[in-house]
Amino acid sequence: MPDTAAPLLHTSAVNDYDIEAIRRDFPILSRRVHGKPLVYLDTANSAQKPQAVIDAVSRLYAEDYANVHRGLHSLSMATTDLFEAAREKVRAFVNAASDKEIVFTRGGTASINLVANSFGRSLGPGDEVIISHLEHHSNIVPWQMLRDDRGVTLKVIPMHEDGSLDLDAYADLLTENTELVAVTHMSNALGTIVPIKEMAAQAHAVGAKMLVDGCQSIMHMPIDVQDLDCDFFVFSGHKLYGPSGIGVLYGKRDLLDAMPPYQGGGDMIKTVTFEKTVYADLPAKHEAGTPPIAQAVGLGAAIDYLTGIGMDRVAAHEADVSAYAAERLQAVPGLTLVGTAPERMAVVSFTLDCAHPHDIGTLVDLDGVAVRAGHHCAQPVMQRLDLPATVRASFGMYTSRAEIDVLARALETVRKMFA
Amino acid sequence: MTETQPAAPPETTIDETMDDLVDDLAFFDDWQDKYQQIIHMGRALPAFPEPWKTAEHEVHGCMARVWMKGRWQDDRLRLYATSNAIIVSGLIAMLLKVYDNRTAEEILSHPPTFIERIGMDSHFSQQRSTGLAAMKNAIFEIARQGPADGSQGMGTGSQAPGAGNREPGAEEVGRAE
Repeated sequence: MPDTAAPLLHTSAVNDYDIEAIRRDFPILSRRVHGKPLVYLDTANSAQKPQAVIDAVSRLYAEDYANVHRGLHSLSMATTDLFEAAREKVRAFVNAASDKEIVFTRGGTASINLVANSFGRSLGPGDEVIISHLEHHSNIVPWQMLRDDRGVTLKVIPMHEDGSLDLDAYADLLTENTELVAVTHMSNALGTIVPIKEMAAQAHAVGAKMLVDGCQSIMHMPIDVQDLDCDFFVFSGHKLYGPSGIGVLYGKRDLLDAMPPYQGGGDMIKTVTFEKTVYADLPAKHEAGTPPIAQAVGLGAAIDYLTGIGMDRVAAHEADVSAYAAERLQAVPGLTLVGTAPERMAVVSFTLDCAHPHDIGTLVDLDGVAVRAGHHCAQPVMQRLDLPATVRASFGMYTSRAEIDVLARALETVRKMFA
Repeated sequence: MTETQPAAPPETTIDETMDDLVDDLAFFDDWQDKYQQIIHMGRALPAFPEPWKTAEHEVHGCMARVWMKGRWQDDRLRLYATSNAIIVSGLIAMLLKVYDNRTAEEILSHPPTFIERIGMDSHFSQQRSTGLAAMKNAIFEIARQGPADGSQGMGTGSQAPGAGNREPGAEEVGRAE
């Protein structure tokens, strides 16, 4: 077992990116697991939280908390201001044209389900929805349910062996009957970056709308929904260093306006009689019930934190760590990288010849290393590559080269144990 | 698993076997050595015939894949199981050491306390713990079903693949549904 008792020397090869200072902002990173410093390489699953997010949530509950949009009392108005300020922060973060285009949901999955159950309600037999082979189950199952419910045709863009999408096949799949293309911006299982801007333009050329699952990309790169020209962009708060229990649906205003509400209840109405309900304006129309209030405030704090550092600098640091990881891990005997598309980042998926991914995940945990082992909620990707599972190391703004070294040494120890 | 003679009953009681397992692993100071021992046990697990790896015999609730099959030899349950992950196979080896070749009454009156005594319940992830629970539940369910009534030794109605390998006197029991 490598000696990781000594403090790790965290450095960044990216100039003026103070990785040590950033790591100090995340209190959980100072804890130990099985007596070893935590090496958290599971950010694609969920990101850890900076103190600023923890404080924002605590402060809200300790000082200001009440329900939003409903009270004339001071606490409700103060909380409403914080909640709506968070919406504006999200708008600016993805460069939406208006905060009316930012709908808070309970997660990325809920955002996709909202579109499938609202936008999707206008679709029927003969209409086509295109997804890709790279999708997370959350961007597969809602569309299968829509297919089974409404009789739409579901088509799948195939993927190449390296984990990139077959864009020639995509062009062939698009027809005048295509109503929606719903694809990931970045594969959670392999790290592949998908050229969604070009794909959106192709979709629009046949009159289709474009939904982008940004759950994996949102924390790794600057996002400009107007530049991408996507019609919907969804992500979750917990992968963006914010609280769990909140997600975002960005939608172009005219689309969100035309879409019927998916859920009914409080906050989404103007007037209710037993004969007729008049729905509220955007975005409230799509936010039935008490929203994730503290989670929104926490997400706003996460965005402030990231913006303060700069997404360009975060992206440059993570690109450096990702390249280092691919190089360092390939030096581990018997290790095979899974997913080698030219455009990928922040995720390294691999197998070892000597052990099952579950064995590897269990054993590296003894060295304090947290990775994910399994199908990563993307079983079709595994089926395509004919693998039962992979080990996935995924990186965030706080990941250091030293942590990659710990993983590599832990894998070398696993090899010895199976020798 | 194609033994032609029914095995003799184990020489130790279930409680003694569990004590032995706890003592064996307590011998190792750190968890890496304990895992090395578990890997060793996993590798020593008897081969599980490929034709038995069917949906009928798959135990769900584990992160890795697990297959388990039970057959009655008179009033004693013979257990066969495997996983595609070695550490899970090691856990299976421990469960089989405790429960294989026991009567339903012995099995059902002895929950696997050795897991907690070794410290595994806190060490393994929730999913893996759930896997252990799923495997234990599968064994207990087969034990609860018992040998089929009035068909002692005939194995009537079994759909299990591998039936052709079955020796007379053994009754196949699919994993609990």
